Amino acid sequence: MGMTMSEKILAKHAGLERVEAGQLVTCKLDMVLANDITAPPSIKIFESIGRPVFDNEKIALVPDHFQPAKDIKSAELAKIVRDFAVKHKIVHYFEQGRVGIEHVILPEQGIVAPGMLTIGADSHTCTYGAVNGFATGVGSTDLGAAMATGEAWFKVPQAIKVELTGSKPAGISGKDVILTLIGQIGVDGALYKSLEFAGEGVKSLTMTDRLTISNMAIEAGGKAGIFPYDEITAEYVKERVKKPFEPVAADDDAVYCQVVKIDLSTLKPVVAFPHLPGNTKRVEDIKEPIAIQQVIIGSCTNGRLEDLQIAAEVFKGHKVADGVRCIVIPGSPAVYKEAMKRGYIDTFIDADCAVSTPTCGPCLGGYMGIMAAGEKCVSTTNRNFRGRMGHVDSEVYLAGPHVAAASAILGRIATAEEVQ
Amino acid sequence: MKLEGKVWRYGDNIDTDVIIPARYLNTFDPKELASHCMVDIDESFAGNVQEGDIMVGGRNFGCGSSREHAPVAIKASGIPVVIAASFARIFYRNGINIGLPLLEIGDDVEKIHADDKLQVDVTTGEIKNFTTGDVFHAHPLPGFVQEIAEAGGLIEYIKKKG
Repeated sequence: MGMTMSEKILAKHAGLERVEAGQLVTCKLDMVLANDITAPPSIKIFESIGRPVFDNEKIALVPDHFQPAKDIKSAELAKIVRDFAVKHKIVHYFEQGRVGIEHVILPEQGIVAPGMLTIGADSHTCTYGAVNGFATGVGSTDLGAAMATGEAWFKVPQAIKVELTGSKPAGISGKDVILTLIGQIGVDGALYKSLEFAGEGVKSLTMTDRLTISNMAIEAGGKAGIFPYDEITAEYVKERVKKPFEPVAADDDAVYCQVVKIDLSTLKPVVAFPHLPGNTKRVEDIKEPIAIQQVIIGSCTNGRLEDLQIAAEVFKGHKVADGVRCIVIPGSPAVYKEAMKRGYIDTFIDADCAVSTPTCGPCLGGYMGIMAAGEKCVSTTNRNFRGRMGHVDSEVYLAGPHVAAASAILGRIATAEEVQ
Repeated sequence: MKLEGKVWRYGDNIDTDVIIPARYLNTFDPKELASHCMVDIDESFAGNVQEGDIMVGGRNFGCGSSREHAPVAIKASGIPVVIAASFARIFYRNGINIGLPLLEIGDDVEKIHADDKLQVDVTTGEIKNFTTGDVFHAHPLPGFVQEIAEAGGLIEYIKKKG
């Protein structure tokens, strides 16, 4: 009986020949991550254990949620992280100015790699499945303990095989793929399980698409969302990852608890209606126009260069509709700089968008773009829970960058085709 | 350990954003978090919850963020145990790690209503509903997860193990 990609990574890090779903194992970790909200309680936990950090090169601290500090309390959270990073000589600490959104910068800078086992005190840590790693979100206690011990316990998850066939059509991005999948299996469809992507359709997905798809595995309840290693992964990691790494592939006779098939060639732009990522609808099936007041383009889900390129192409020669606010947030300094070089930032400013320094701010209703009662937002972020982005009576519609940009221009939820 | 308390009943997909909204995450002081717990779906909770009351949700309880602030806020509200049809994975793990027992009972959860009086045996997983007379059995915790729970959380467990 063969193993899935998840089983192989967990077995290797547990020092075992093989593991199977349901087994409880203790694994050595390659990277542990926390942000300005989750690191301070982790640090308190870490200090209560009374050991040194297990490895100052295997801890990443990214103050990206409330930073640049939105208020005094947030400034104090950041200071706890900063002081800890200095004291323990944390190599991957990102001070303001170098900071980007954690799940954008870790893959971008080659801090996560194929075959790696990562835990992060942020639920979207599963993003790194895109580069063939097993990565999962945990809380601050797990993280604080891991900073001291370099280990964590795992229940080996059952895996759902997501078999992708066909080829992604123009105007469709990774966001449409993952929203379609969550719409199909539900927000608890992968509860306690990992999503393992497979099939010839994988090769039509760019690394940006994959990062977006893996990022939202948690929105289906998944523990991880992992892609096979192929030429696209090799090309992406080659200039970034400086250390040796070992990719994993699922065995042909690996055991899955369920197989879900998606024919990429049939996909249409989708949005997730409030208040769950699984409330998906094709944009073309929306009967009554849905007027919006705000659009957010960015986040750990869709704040990469390709996302900004898509949005800029839709915006070119157009303006944000009257009565609509659009915030564009490059996910990292590198994304920002390249977007500037390619003229995307000019396009956004000419279109009357507000362009921000990298931050998670609006996604979680942290700061910037907070909504008033009754307002509606189309957002490329990953959650549309009640009150997520501000007032409890505001609404978030999740979409990819094509739909977000088009919606900003037309002032209602729309496809990019409608803009022309 | 047997606990008795009155039920605060919530539905499916209770997410971490409603348990403790992000606007209050600029602190990790448990008391302050508790003072805002559930505010976006139930303004009466924080002011009226009594020490020992029991929280009961439907499917996928605690979905969303990894913020440990969510189970911490519930525990600091005086809730000693949460029962649900199913829990989101990270929330479940966080609950165990901070010493907040979580019991999964599947569809039986439909037989528990707001203000019912429950007796919960956290060790055996037996739940008695004094109001309706129903008795349920929660799925037992697996392997050493039980040991973590018994130690009172992950840190106590690590300290005990040395």
